Amino acid sequence: MLSLNRVSKFYKVGIFGGKELAAVRDVSFDVNEGEVVSLIGESGSGKTTIGKMILKLIEISRGSITCEGMDVATIRGGSVKSYYRHVQGVFQDPFSSYNPIFKADRVFSMIRSEYFPDTARSEWSDKIDGVLRAVSLEPDQVLNKYPHQLSGGQLQRLLVARALLLDLKFLVADEIISMLDASTRIDVLNLLAELKGRGMGILFITHDLSLGNYISEKTVILRRGVVVEMGATDKVFGNPTHPYTKVLISSVPQLHRKWADIEAEIKAHGGDDSGSCLFHQAYPPTAGVSAPDAPTLVKVEDDHFVGCFDLGQGICQVA
Amino acid sequence: MSLQVSDLKVYYRTLAGDVKALDGATFSIADKEIMGLAGESGCGKSTLGNSLIRLDGRMKYVAGSVTLDGNSLPIWDDDGMNEFRFRDVTVIPQYAMSAMNPTRKIGKMIGDLLESRGESYKEIKPELMRRIDLVGLQADVLGRYPIELSGGMKQRMVMVISTLLDPSLLIADEITSALDVSTQRAVAETLVSFRDHGFVKSMLVITHDVSILYQTADTILVMYAGKLAEKAPTKTIIEQPRHPYTTMLISSLPEVGVRYANKKLSGIPGSPPSLLNPPTGCRFRARCPLAFDKCLEEPPFIRIAPDHSVACWKVDGSDA
Repeated sequence: MLSLNRVSKFYKVGIFGGKELAAVRDVSFDVNEGEVVSLIGESGSGKTTIGKMILKLIEISRGSITCEGMDVATIRGGSVKSYYRHVQGVFQDPFSSYNPIFKADRVFSMIRSEYFPDTARSEWSDKIDGVLRAVSLEPDQVLNKYPHQLSGGQLQRLLVARALLLDLKFLVADEIISMLDASTRIDVLNLLAELKGRGMGILFITHDLSLGNYISEKTVILRRGVVVEMGATDKVFGNPTHPYTKVLISSVPQLHRKWADIEAEIKAHGGDDSGSCLFHQAYPPTAGVSAPDAPTLVKVEDDHFVGCFDLGQGICQVA
Repeated sequence: MSLQVSDLKVYYRTLAGDVKALDGATFSIADKEIMGLAGESGCGKSTLGNSLIRLDGRMKYVAGSVTLDGNSLPIWDDDGMNEFRFRDVTVIPQYAMSAMNPTRKIGKMIGDLLESRGESYKEIKPELMRRIDLVGLQADVLGRYPIELSGGMKQRMVMVISTLLDPSLLIADEITSALDVSTQRAVAETLVSFRDHGFVKSMLVITHDVSILYQTADTILVMYAGKLAEKAPTKTIIEQPRHPYTTMLISSLPEVGVRYANKKLSGIPGSPPSLLNPPTGCRFRARCPLAFDKCLEEPPFIRIAPDHSVACWKVDGSDA
């Protein structure tokens, strides 16, 4: 449904914009209907930039994003509005997504005045009740309240409900869980799983690997704007191949295995390859050496791609 | 016993009345112990941490006592606490990245700080350099401004500064929450190594992330709505929790290395009660699947095993 084709984003930095900073380089992946793709990376890896490009909040420098066959970059004028009817985003901090001067349900009336000016009042309030129930909120608990009177989880679910009022097909969920408490987190995650069941495509942007593992079918691991590994979630997590992915997965604090045990296990399997990618050893990002193109993604098994020069053994095609 | 807290109550003054954020906490931390403090936001865990170092204007000391190494801490007396701060009790604040003075070079700032405690920067400098090296920073950080360091570097720098005078108690408040997984791990492991090197005697690590505590803490104390819910060694809390809140909290955490093809985790329905007028009896009652008549009375925080205490009527000491 939504596909990214060698998308790059360069920011101009320095005095007079003399230098270019590549925030995202040649990223390609697809999100299908009824599928959650998690985009995982540390801060500064370009994951939010990708979300913003999909939402047309920033321009694409190179490459293209297509949504149901339509090039997103060429959508202009009146058709932008119809694009947003199908594609919406929810962001990290629910407290700063609302205007504190107005009541929280103003986000609903704004949708109404923009998209449904002709809908009758009673029909509209039925519709609101419907979407609130879909995100498991009680209408009389959240309507007519100011943002500070509601909890983070409630505000975040209101934003999802707002997106549901439209004829939503694709949702960009940018770190929507990070600000929530452990006990409410899982409810929002289960909500996303339910939306997925209704055929919606979701791009789940996170830095928390355990959340990605829980919810998504497909995982894309991003490092410094480049995809280092992607594929079916159980394959990426079950058989991580890129050294960076391995380090990342072994650093996740787990509940039943200590870090020291995991390290001992890796050593026991012969091979401590926890170092960084050879590509980045040769061209450290701070050294100022202009690096050649990043290694191309190579298929290591069905639905599992890795970008690393170190794969060796004839699988890796050095670019 | 390094730290002993008994029946500590700290409320917040608001126009609507007192918010009972910390309503009777009794526990102790032994020498060389790292105690983790877990709970949802608004359960009083930061209030507990802050009250051991500094009560701000909105906080009101109500009752209870705190003893550190046999000395009673005058936590209600802002000036009286000055004698203990930094030297005996110290803190790594929640936003350590912005804890340093942006207009002073780091070395200069440490000099000022030590001078205010009557210590000599010159005498301490060799030890300072050793510790900077230990956390993997370059020696030239002292000549730099905080803005020149990355978030993780600032965090480590603040950790070194906070523990420079070998305090008895270190309070680390949500220090890993804003970091990436790999940095998070480095910071957590540095905390443990500080204890192992004897830079701090005991530690109180406050976080909402139970899995970080599993990696670092020796014991875990779980709080709910201003009350203590359960305290036990880390392994026991994770593997055999007894309080229904702890059980539900731990089972709602998704994990790496587990496949969730058709399994669905469930959260804890409802939300914590308002602490302005907290309900009588067990405060978890409204969300608890096991609640029964007796929960209208407040459950005592009882010992069910030598180092395992729980506040729940469904748990009695008989099977300990």
